[in-house]
Amino acid sequence: MQDINNIVNGKDLFKKPEYQKVLADKKEFEGGYGAVNPAKTAEIAEWTRGWDYREKNLAREAITINPAKACQPLGAVMVALGFENTMPYVHGSHGCVAYFRSYFTRHFKEPTPCVSDSMTEDAAVFGGLVNMKDGLKNCAAVYKPEMIAVSTTCMAEVIGDDLYAFATAAKEEDGGEFLAEDFPITYAHTPSFTGSHITGYDNMMHGIMSQLTEGNKKEEKNGKINIIPGFETYIGSIRSVKAIVEAFGAEYTMLGDHSDQWDMPAGEYSMFAGGTPIADAKDCINAKATISLQKYATIKTMKMAKKWKHAGGTSNPIGLKGTDEFVMKLAELTGKEVPQKLKTERGRLVDAMQDSYPYMHGKKFAIWGDPDFLVGMVSFLVEMGAEPTHVLCNNPVRGWEDEIRAILDTSPASADCHIWAGKDLWHMRSLLFTQPVDFMIGNSYGKELMRDTNIPLIYIGFPIFDRHHLHRYSISGYDGALNLLTWITNKVLDQLDEDTKGIASTDYFFDLIR
Amino acid sequence: MAALRQIAFYGKGGIGKSTTSQNTLASMAYYFDKNIMIVGCDPKADSTRLILHEKAQNTILQLAAEMGTVEDLELEDALKPGAGIFAPENPHGWIQCTESGGPEPGVGCAGRGVITAINFLEEEGAYEAEGLDFVSYDVLGDVVCGGFAMPIREGKAQEIYIVMSGEMMAMYAANNISKGILKYANTGGVRLAGLICNARMTDFEYDLAKALATDLGTHMIHFVPRNNIVQRAEIRRMTVVEYSPKADQAIEYKELARKIIANDFKIIPTPLEMDDLEDLIMKFGLDLEADEDNIGKAEAEA
Repeated sequence: MQDINNIVNGKDLFKKPEYQKVLADKKEFEGGYGAVNPAKTAEIAEWTRGWDYREKNLAREAITINPAKACQPLGAVMVALGFENTMPYVHGSHGCVAYFRSYFTRHFKEPTPCVSDSMTEDAAVFGGLVNMKDGLKNCAAVYKPEMIAVSTTCMAEVIGDDLYAFATAAKEEDGGEFLAEDFPITYAHTPSFTGSHITGYDNMMHGIMSQLTEGNKKEEKNGKINIIPGFETYIGSIRSVKAIVEAFGAEYTMLGDHSDQWDMPAGEYSMFAGGTPIADAKDCINAKATISLQKYATIKTMKMAKKWKHAGGTSNPIGLKGTDEFVMKLAELTGKEVPQKLKTERGRLVDAMQDSYPYMHGKKFAIWGDPDFLVGMVSFLVEMGAEPTHVLCNNPVRGWEDEIRAILDTSPASADCHIWAGKDLWHMRSLLFTQPVDFMIGNSYGKELMRDTNIPLIYIGFPIFDRHHLHRYSISGYDGALNLLTWITNKVLDQLDEDTKGIASTDYFFDLIR
Repeated sequence: MAALRQIAFYGKGGIGKSTTSQNTLASMAYYFDKNIMIVGCDPKADSTRLILHEKAQNTILQLAAEMGTVEDLELEDALKPGAGIFAPENPHGWIQCTESGGPEPGVGCAGRGVITAINFLEEEGAYEAEGLDFVSYDVLGDVVCGGFAMPIREGKAQEIYIVMSGEMMAMYAANNISKGILKYANTGGVRLAGLICNARMTDFEYDLAKALATDLGTHMIHFVPRNNIVQRAEIRRMTVVEYSPKADQAIEYKELARKIIANDFKIIPTPLEMDDLEDLIMKFGLDLEADEDNIGKAEAEA
């Protein structure tokens, strides 16, 4: 039991004799003795580390274990929170929304506003129109947002609820009491049983951009550049990108800027912070260019930008080469020289890369995450002479595998680098045991892999629940690349110290200066 | 190029919806040089059989199931050019065919299948085909779930033709479908464009169909008489238009095709209450059968 004068956390609490006894009794009650033969368990555990099991594992069809992806509405909620005073509204079951909120909150350590219209049995049979009419009205009356962005859960999608018709009907019934005729209710269908959170991101971004700009196209372009960050979980990255664009003095609209929403200072709580002003979003059709920083998270959206005859295209500003390309794209679009500020930043990065090169060079990495994150990260690893031995993506998009292969082919180690499209982290476990690497790069779900395989995990990705404040940093731009370099190199050095700390046995290389 | 027109055929199961729609669309292509895409929205996947001369081999959902995900599917795997006179190289209009497909009876959700299939076609640019004049949806049964209403969502079919006959249940279904259209018409552009009576040669059929059309606020765009040549052509997996273009029945379909192409009478329907529907039937001399006193009595008793 807890002692009021000496409160201890769970780590120590359960070591106390009274808890140990409870745990032992439980084990006995569940037939722990004899029900499982410890020798057999050890034998099977050993077998799961071998090639035989690996082949069976890779041939697995029926289930996904630890998928390293989330579902569509999660991405839609992120888009919504990137617009000023916008309430994400999920048409569907309550439990799904609790999951989206807690998922983001555990990563950002910030509250995540999001509402649901709680569809239940009757809504499943009769359709969710009534829920939506009540829900939209309540949402507008209680939270007074400037816009409501509606996405869907599986349930609403299976029964085929039509968001356009429902939103129109809700406004009509309300008659302007809470939902004025020009109040923007934007929407996107986001069935979770297809695609992943990046598909949902794309659908919602496409929905908001197309619906808000309806009827707003002007003859003349306004000279601005739209920037779409994509499913960006690094607050600092959005700020880095802004700094680069501002260095050019370019007029721009960051479409879906959630950097302030998930980074509120202490003080009085406000439900919304920052975000793209709705007026700017309405005008985004008149921009001269649209740049997406995540190609695979904005496929549908960028098709639309192309139809709008916007210049720009996609650019992934992770790593040296990636940032160079982004900077050059801006130079081209603005017709300006690259500012000295950026040249200096670049010079510092290149200098730092040279300092650390010997430590990252030749190291083998396993890495997983979203398709665009991987494009940037694999590119950076190759720039540093590292070998991305296993590149795993559970939610790849057409074209992704070829792009990664092309990046790997610029490395002399290309033949030993493997791409695992559509595989999960249980596959990764087999890969790590049979073809081991020096380090893993990934999200918190790599924690068990780290314990299983003893391979150090470098926390870069999403979600990160069990390490603090990493999401505040940038991984994009020259400063972001410097962060990546710092995290990775220092982990390499930590491991080097670990391997050379044996007194008079391995410490011939336990050096103070690295 | 004229704007793309999207139309849909709804109607009770077994009413001859697929046969009527294919014969009509065939006439639109053959006699009036219209280029058409047929989107079959029925798990049975028989909305394109007469145009393809075979049952569609690969439905969108069947292919998606085989590949694991609809995202891996290519348009040309699922969209097939019509056979014979409907192939693209012929001098008249062409027809492209696709079927959503769906689950076996008793399992799964066919409505969701329709949503998935139409989203797929849209994302793959099927609606942007060069020279396309009409898209036609052939939809199973009543509008019983949101999925079967997918073809009438905003930006999809804007004119609905209900295939019906003079039978009580077919009229009941037509009225029900009108209720579905009404829901969507209030918030969007979908309109009822007419009833097509596919004659069963029941009593007072012509008058009944016409009266129902009037009560719904629409018109009976055509009364298609019964003719065995339709069945003879069907056995050869052909439309009458292709099987025997000079036959009387082919001329009937030609007339229907002409009317649809020229049709601009599109309305928000005014569906009837069940009692009104029964009254309508009584009005046409069936009142003897439906007399209050006779309800529940066998023929011999009455």
